Amino acid sequence: MKVKDLKELLDAEVFCCEDNLERQVDSACGCDLMSDVLAYVKDQGALLTGLVNPQVVRTAVMMDMICIVFVRSKEPTEDIVALARDNGIVVLNTSKRLYEACGILYSNGLTGKATKS
Amino acid sequence: MSEPLVFHFDIDGEDFISAGQASIQIKKNLRRLGLSPETIRRVSIAMYEGEINMVIHAKGGEADVKVYEDRIEIILADKGPGIKNIDEAMQEGFSTASDTIRSLGFGAGMGLPNMKRYSDSMDIDTTVGVGTTVTMVIKIQ
Repeated sequence: MKVKDLKELLDAEVFCCEDNLERQVDSACGCDLMSDVLAYVKDQGALLTGLVNPQVVRTAVMMDMICIVFVRSKEPTEDIVALARDNGIVVLNTSKRLYEACGILYSNGLTGKATKS
Repeated sequence: MSEPLVFHFDIDGEDFISAGQASIQIKKNLRRLGLSPETIRRVSIAMYEGEINMVIHAKGGEADVKVYEDRIEIILADKGPGIKNIDEAMQEGFSTASDTIRSLGFGAGMGLPNMKRYSDSMDIDTTVGVGTTVTMVIKIQ
């Protein structure tokens, strides 16, 4: 699906990089532990998390991700948004909880499987 | 063998929130050199975990990234407390990080294992009370 589809499904607000809403996301992960994202994630384009700090953005940059979704209505601070904007990563937030947000995306075809090995 | 291209960074150990800036910069630099995305990702993740480690445990240090024709060497040197037991530190899940660091998404005992995971070889030279130097080599693919 496209990032804009993900945004619609989660009824999410966009904080930056609207230009990338047309980009394709083929899989996602939901995680609050950034070291686990760094260890196990491969080619997932979207990161859903309840953790809100700049390390989330840096982790997403390291993993070549396309967008970050902050769950449970957590608002990213300005420095987080600025860092994401500088690296072209779309930042979203949704009122949904992590489990629910992941479930909605999964049931709409966004799996946890990387398309490339 | 021609001289490597060297990128040097001083890692500020005062602020965990800003940790990782050098790794982001390295990623940009390697992109400009036209290396493969897989190589860039491995180097930047290995360095990022190393940078986080230096900030968490050693109040910062110095990082040198040397780009050779066939490989990239990452040398992370700190004057921190040293690692008492390397075997223990290499176990996934073993951590001496504080709850504050854990609340920020790190300190779960994945740092050194991740650095090893993403490098082709890793050497740890450490002396308790003196400091630690980690050297990672990643082959250019």
